[in-house]
Amino acid sequence: MSIDNEPNVAQSDGSQNTLLDMRNIHIEGFSDEQWHPIIKGVDLALERGQIMGLIGESGAGKSTLGLAAMGFVRAGCRFTQGEVNFDGTDLLKLKDAQKRTLWGTRIAYVAQSAAAAFNPAHRLIDQTIESASRSQLRPDAESRRDAVGLFESLHLPDPANIGQRYPHQVSGGQLQRVMTAMAMSARPDLIIFDEPTTALDVTTQVEVLASMREIVEQHNAAAIYITHDLAVVAQMADIIKVLRFGEEVEQSETRTMLSSPKQAYTRSLWSVRSLEKPEEKGEDIVLSMQNIHAAYGRVQVLHGVTINLPRGKTVAIVGESGSGKSTAARVITGLLPPGKGDVLFNGEALPADLKDRKPEHLRQIQMIYQMADTAMNPRQTVEQIIGRPIELYHDISGAKKAERIAELLNMIELDESFLDRLPAELSGGQKQRICIARALAANPDVIICDEVTSALDQIVQEGILKLLLRLQQEFGISYLFITHDIATVKAISDEIVVMYQGEVVEQGLKSEILNPPHPEYTELLLSSVPEMDPDWLTELLGSRTN
Amino acid sequence: MHPIFITIIKRLALGLVTLFVVSAIIFSSVTLLPGDFGEAVLGQAATEETVAAFREELGLDKPAVLRYFEWAGAVLKGDLGTSFSGRSASGVDRSRSVAEMIWPRLKNTLFLAGVTALIAVPLAIILGLSAALYRNTWYDRSINATTLTTISMPEFFVAYVLILLLSSLWKAFPSLATVDPGMLLGERLYRIALPAFTLTLIIVAHMMRMTRAAIINLLASPYIEMARLKGASRSEIILKHALPNAWAPIATVVAFNLAYLVVGVVVVEVVFVYPGVGQLMVDSVTSRDIPVVQACALIFAGTYIILNLIADVIGIVTNPRLLHPR
Repeated sequence: MSIDNEPNVAQSDGSQNTLLDMRNIHIEGFSDEQWHPIIKGVDLALERGQIMGLIGESGAGKSTLGLAAMGFVRAGCRFTQGEVNFDGTDLLKLKDAQKRTLWGTRIAYVAQSAAAAFNPAHRLIDQTIESASRSQLRPDAESRRDAVGLFESLHLPDPANIGQRYPHQVSGGQLQRVMTAMAMSARPDLIIFDEPTTALDVTTQVEVLASMREIVEQHNAAAIYITHDLAVVAQMADIIKVLRFGEEVEQSETRTMLSSPKQAYTRSLWSVRSLEKPEEKGEDIVLSMQNIHAAYGRVQVLHGVTINLPRGKTVAIVGESGSGKSTAARVITGLLPPGKGDVLFNGEALPADLKDRKPEHLRQIQMIYQMADTAMNPRQTVEQIIGRPIELYHDISGAKKAERIAELLNMIELDESFLDRLPAELSGGQKQRICIARALAANPDVIICDEVTSALDQIVQEGILKLLLRLQQEFGISYLFITHDIATVKAISDEIVVMYQGEVVEQGLKSEILNPPHPEYTELLLSSVPEMDPDWLTELLGSRTN
Repeated sequence: MHPIFITIIKRLALGLVTLFVVSAIIFSSVTLLPGDFGEAVLGQAATEETVAAFREELGLDKPAVLRYFEWAGAVLKGDLGTSFSGRSASGVDRSRSVAEMIWPRLKNTLFLAGVTALIAVPLAIILGLSAALYRNTWYDRSINATTLTTISMPEFFVAYVLILLLSSLWKAFPSLATVDPGMLLGERLYRIALPAFTLTLIIVAHMMRMTRAAIINLLASPYIEMARLKGASRSEIILKHALPNAWAPIATVVAFNLAYLVVGVVVVEVVFVYPGVGQLMVDSVTSRDIPVVQACALIFAGTYIILNLIADVIGIVTNPRLLHPR
């Protein structure tokens, strides 16, 4: 806190404690040749040492508002109204050069993807102390020592030397913590956390959340914490503000907000996590991986993996990144021929290599991907995208094909007005629906879903999951559902496979896996899933240290 | 050993293989040239016997494959062979070794290329960086327009315009770039001023535009936004955050243009009557002096391969992912 250094600061609202006072913020963005409103008159006030959670779906304007707190808008956006009073100064009236003296030193930013936000060309320590060094806050040698201390308090391994590494040499979770150290280096009064743990595994997320909360409290900084994950925000924030379509829905103290949200929209956000399908046991195995060993070059990724998928049921494969979930999918589809082991389909071994499989094999197993964006040809219309497998696998064309496309669109709850649209003209949820329709077009027995909902908002996720469940009931499709999100697992699966470091930790019915007793890793994984209880993180950390 | 050395050695080996393949292509295409050296030298009047004897003396009667391996083997030992020219029907042999013919010319070419590179490369990179820094201002637009103009004009035209302006109207520099081995450095530089200037105008545009594009391409990266939000100024962002990640594409385009300075300057050499290796090669093709043509082509190919190898190495050592593996 540096109130003493700023004796001439005029407090905007008379309160000695107000650090940030944003009033009537309006921001517009330029697209399709015209300006559209993104933020429509939002107020935001933050006291010193307070943490505010900003939540909402994508497109709600969370990030834009977070960056606006720094007096910054991205290229193609502009402020049209409002003031951003930071410590008594309206940032919007400052020149760029003046704002730069605040950025990094008094207001710091922690970006969503640390892997992309670190410059690949410089060592971590140099990036960590960059702002402190530029502002000549203290000698660089002292900043380096201080950074090592921060690394240590963020529980980074080998704090004295980790700074000498380059960004690609440390893991995502570690990078996110280094970025927090970078934000803390100049001891800012305000930190903007922009979805800092979204890209992390749950097991890593817990550690990063704990370190971040600890260090923010320790230095009594104020923070704005942007996320779409309610359970995460419950652990971090003192107050929560809900945004939708660039407007405030409601704001209140965290516990009040969690226990009794006033607005219907907020309650709908809260309710998504309640989706849960009753489990069913299946005996008839449609697809089976038998003792699969697979490697990328010399790196062995799967060590004797056996997974069985019962017909018409859903098996969820859970595990953190690097556990071999997606590699298992690549083996099944034939993209990565295994070193040892067989993939059995209806009891018959499939050719290991995609090249050797017949069109009939390809038709039976379809795939849906995490990034619907990149899984579709951006130059093809919805009609072409869905029509292709109909022609390829069923040799249907002309009027019959058009009929079938209309039928498929109907199944995924879209209408024929979408036929001529390009992927870029669809929302995230619509894109994923088109991908589902494309998979359905082949009439497959098995669909492999690789993290299909993790790039989507919770409400959209719910819609996609319900659609998948309905299609399963109607057509008896079997799903192999790869995910790292336990809420999704609860919603959709019959059976669960837990994977860790290329091995299956356990496979069983949902009720068996989710209820104790657990193997050690399953316990760690399940206990790391944030809950909507503000005391969850504190209690978890307490129980883990004991 | 550091993995980077292994990578470099691999690239070097690949370069040698490329050179070998190129030598075979050069040899076969020269063999396919229409016309016969014997007839060309001895004239229409020569009898068939004389021509045959002459061909035998030069070894042209042997099968092409055998000749290729003889030639390649000699080149490996550093012997580029003996020129065909200087021989005549009368049997007098005043022919010179190819190395002796090429070396002084090559020195001239390398001198002109070196001087041009020393001016053009730093100039292009500085212009490219400043254009990226002040992008979409009048400064950026005028640099772009100017360089686009110079690159769009044929080189002989640029050369003649410069002669008109800087030699005829304002007698600042000589229009003939004749140099000889005894000349002092200052005199040489004065003589080659106009060809160096011409070449600079021609190659700066490409390098400058690619530098600008490489930098601007990176400015959309999340780490550049992060740098801004850490308080970095525009110049810091360009020099400290973008440039270190842009060396690979810049090195590639610089290598391409430096290679052009060695192998593509024949038009400029002719305009300024500069005794470089390009002119020698064109003359040799005309007189069907096969050993000289082959040697020149091989040198040109080697230049391309070496410069690209250097660009590759720069690309590797400026990439921390490759320089500091996990």
